[in-house]
Amino acid sequence: MELFQLVTAQTISDAIQAQARSATAQNGADVRFIAGGTNLVDYMKLNVERPRQLVDINGLPLDKVEKTAEGGLRIGALARNADVAQDAIVKESYAVLSEALLSGASPQLRNMATTAGNLLQKTRCVYYRDTASACNKRQAGSGCSAIGGYNRMLAILGTSDHCIATNPSDQNVALTALEAVIHIEGRNGQRSVPISEFYLLPGSTPERETVLQPGDLITHITLPAPVAGAKSAYLKLRDRASYEFALASAAIVMKQDGERIRYVRVAMGGVGTRPWRAVEAEKMLLGKAATAENFRAAADAALHGARPQSQNGFKVELAKRCLTHAMRQVSQIA
Amino acid sequence: MDQISESKIIGVATRRVDGPLKVSGAAMYASDHHFPGLLFAWPVCATIAKGSISSLDTAEAEKMTGVVAVYHRTNIGPLYRVPPASGFSLILDEKRPPLEDDEIRYYGQYVAVVVANTVEQARAAAESVKVTYNREKPDADSKLRGSPLTTEKPEEKSKRGDTAAALRSAKVKVDSIYTIPAETHNPIELHASVAVYDGQKFTLYETSQAVVNHRDVLAQMLGVPPEQVQVITRFLGSGFGGKLWPWPQSALAAACARNLRRPVKLVVSRQMMFQSVGHRPAIEQRIQLAADLDGRLTAIEQEYVNHTSMLDDYDEGCGEITPFIYSTPNLLVTGGLARRNVGNPTAMRGPGAVPGLFALESAMDELAVSLKMDPVQLRLKNEPEIDESLKIPFSSRHMKECLTTGAERFGWANRTAEVGSMKRDGLTLGWGVAACAWLAARTETEASVELKQDGTARVACGTQDIGGGTYTVLAQIVSHETGIPVGKIDVVLGDSALPSGPISGGSWVTASVTPAVLEAARNAGQRLLLTAVKSENSPFKGRKPGELEFVGGMVRLKGQAQSAVPMAEVLRIAKINSVAGTGKSAGTLGAAKPEFSFHSYGAQFAEVTWQPEIARLRVNRVVTVIDAGRIMNPRPARNQIEGAVVMGIGMALFEETMYDRRSGAPVNNNLADYVMAVNADTPQIDVAFLDYPDYKLNALGVRGVGEIGLAGIAAAITSAVYHATGIRVRDLPVRIEDLLAMPRSDSAD
Repeated sequence: MELFQLVTAQTISDAIQAQARSATAQNGADVRFIAGGTNLVDYMKLNVERPRQLVDINGLPLDKVEKTAEGGLRIGALARNADVAQDAIVKESYAVLSEALLSGASPQLRNMATTAGNLLQKTRCVYYRDTASACNKRQAGSGCSAIGGYNRMLAILGTSDHCIATNPSDQNVALTALEAVIHIEGRNGQRSVPISEFYLLPGSTPERETVLQPGDLITHITLPAPVAGAKSAYLKLRDRASYEFALASAAIVMKQDGERIRYVRVAMGGVGTRPWRAVEAEKMLLGKAATAENFRAAADAALHGARPQSQNGFKVELAKRCLTHAMRQVSQIA
Repeated sequence: MDQISESKIIGVATRRVDGPLKVSGAAMYASDHHFPGLLFAWPVCATIAKGSISSLDTAEAEKMTGVVAVYHRTNIGPLYRVPPASGFSLILDEKRPPLEDDEIRYYGQYVAVVVANTVEQARAAAESVKVTYNREKPDADSKLRGSPLTTEKPEEKSKRGDTAAALRSAKVKVDSIYTIPAETHNPIELHASVAVYDGQKFTLYETSQAVVNHRDVLAQMLGVPPEQVQVITRFLGSGFGGKLWPWPQSALAAACARNLRRPVKLVVSRQMMFQSVGHRPAIEQRIQLAADLDGRLTAIEQEYVNHTSMLDDYDEGCGEITPFIYSTPNLLVTGGLARRNVGNPTAMRGPGAVPGLFALESAMDELAVSLKMDPVQLRLKNEPEIDESLKIPFSSRHMKECLTTGAERFGWANRTAEVGSMKRDGLTLGWGVAACAWLAARTETEASVELKQDGTARVACGTQDIGGGTYTVLAQIVSHETGIPVGKIDVVLGDSALPSGPISGGSWVTASVTPAVLEAARNAGQRLLLTAVKSENSPFKGRKPGELEFVGGMVRLKGQAQSAVPMAEVLRIAKINSVAGTGKSAGTLGAAKPEFSFHSYGAQFAEVTWQPEIARLRVNRVVTVIDAGRIMNPRPARNQIEGAVVMGIGMALFEETMYDRRSGAPVNNNLADYVMAVNADTPQIDVAFLDYPDYKLNALGVRGVGEIGLAGIAAAITSAVYHATGIRVRDLPVRIEDLLAMPRSDSAD
């Protein structure tokens, strides 16, 4: 860890001005916001993150979870994962989010970790964590040690020849299925970005992970009003029973009209370089009958473009089973 | 040998005497020690696995805030090599003292060490030391059989009959290869050394499972007489074998303290735990079994190769149990070592037996499948009458009862043999069984017992409590002999200045301390009787010591309860503070002509649940039955078995140190990426002890339980996996990809 300065932001505008002095809001940022610190501090200890300045935003009034005028839900950037998971409205109307949050980390971490911090959670790729290894995400242009290395945990969708790191979050998979919108306040005012446009594919610039610019502060996210009659679920598959990142996970929101599927959103975790929305699967299912065969066909479609590495070929089949099973759970077919 | 069958305290479930200290935070672990002027050391670790240092630039580090010194090969001062070990003296795995030369043999090898006022300053400065290397391609290949060995051919470890002939003519055969990846010890307490040097004497607070050996090794390395080194380990946050022998950080801390004449603390990081403090090596084993159609074994052949480092010939000894566990006229065990650019392997809980039994017991399950025979029956059928390798009787062996009792507790009779045939609540069940064994032994031990005027006793022994309950065991033995309650017995362990005690390894501490502590307590009692007959004003003055006895904490005329005077009163009358006795007992290990084959036995039964639709496998329950002599203290004994079962789930399903073949780095070097079982993976665990005293080992008939609980679990689980899924996983850990019948690939290929 390197020496850094810790300042406390009194206002949102203070925070924005402080971070705007950084040349980037992406990997290698000079100035970082700190909220729960469960991810950032780890990476500072490993010298993966070397901010000169930390801006403590814990005092900002951004921790509320409340209904929006449109019947949706507004979740403050600083709302703790544990609080969101246990929120009565979330449990009632956005069960997939509660389940996803509770499947991640440990109670201690969830008590600290925040909604926006989780949105920006770093990959668990072992080479990203190790400054002695080449990693294009950590150090642009240095190479990717994971390709041809230890890549069992890494992505099979959205990868490039420069990076195959997985987005490790559970929350973000649920938020993708729920079509969350991320609200950002920056130097040029406020803007809203749908979660499907928030994350960048690695391409040739894996060091850039999101659309955030210097000075951008995520203030809250919003979820659209729950789809009447829809059910949702999150299924996470991993080696051990708890406290591990997903090998594959699925977030499903589905509404049936009798047998027919009238609304469906499908997202995957543990397999993509970003939280993965499976639009192909959704298209295939819409208007179809909720049957095991259709679910499997949709899962095949979702993994159609998968590009496995030397150790993670099994994730293709695992992700398909995960999707199929989660869909069956939501539709309650046998 | 004496037999003590009756006791109010031996065999009685007794709370740990050190429990309150631990739960209140008062127990002092090595890194808890702090002294005025204490400095912190942080090593610089090589980021290559093979090659040499071409330059080492410390200029920037030396200028950093708080930095007191930066040591490397040219300025660390003398650190000597240690003479060859004999018995349990002068043992260490990594023979090369740290910083001895500029050659790099494994990733993470220490190349320098920074000493600073705070640990943060030391770490920051260590990260600023600039090292350049002549980099060579390391050998971190995980394939072992077929690669060059340290010996011309595999060494013969045990042999009888003619296995080749028996295998040729066998009616039924198994021929399979089993592998175990390198497993890293991950006790929660990191290895740590706090070194204090006063210009004459070193006081070293260490994370050690063997303080006396640690003292002797460090005295040699530092070039001072053993009297000038004292090693203290009052409490250990567990070791699992990884803390048996000194590792390089200990010599580094001591050398820094010597050079600076100030106390120095060096705590190894979790990342370094994967590099420079040992691991169970990667192992490949080929097992061949031959049997008659009725299931009688006609041959067992075991060939193992384990990796070792460039610095030592570490032999895992996978044939430890094979020669005596089953009856067979023909047997051959061979072993070989293959060098790799890895840190030094070392003993991990149940070394040799645990990996060896994974292979052998898996092969037995495969044989049972081939024979269409129940795997419990197959084992019962091959029970030997004597130890056929040594041709001597067993001291006390109840393997058959372990199997039958376990089968009963588990409900084995309800098992249907067909793969995938058992279901419950929509889950497919798999049931598996394995037998296990572990050596029983005593090693040479000295102890002292003091009886005090305040009514308490003190017992001292230079062994350690690594979490298994040794403090409580010594208190129980003294309580048994003196009648003083456990709560009034002060147990002093973990100090090399105490009478020399056993290493905390081999599951032999309880068996070893028993005779020495009994003798010391008896001798202290004799001294008390002598005091009673000699001192003025004593009611027993003028009697002969032989007319008295020391019973229930009282001195009395033999058999006359009304004459009893409390021990404290006898000493108060005599104006004596305390009387002491010492005890010393010989070891059984390494005896030229052993009379008995001493071992403990067990059987482990596992139930897994399998959900093919999501490729989810979980261990649902485990039944373990152990024959380990009389169980001194059932509470911590049960803890040992339960802990081993949880560890075994990790071994079977999760644990693997991933060395990147290109760099030689163990890349999953943290507790998130190195997957071990967590609470949610912990199944229902049923533990039963048969409790047959083994009086041939010691007067209390106690053996030990530290390791045996891990010895059968992996094979029981993989056999259950086969029963549930039809997939025989011979390469640990069992991975989801195996259960999806997908190929694996090694790292960095």
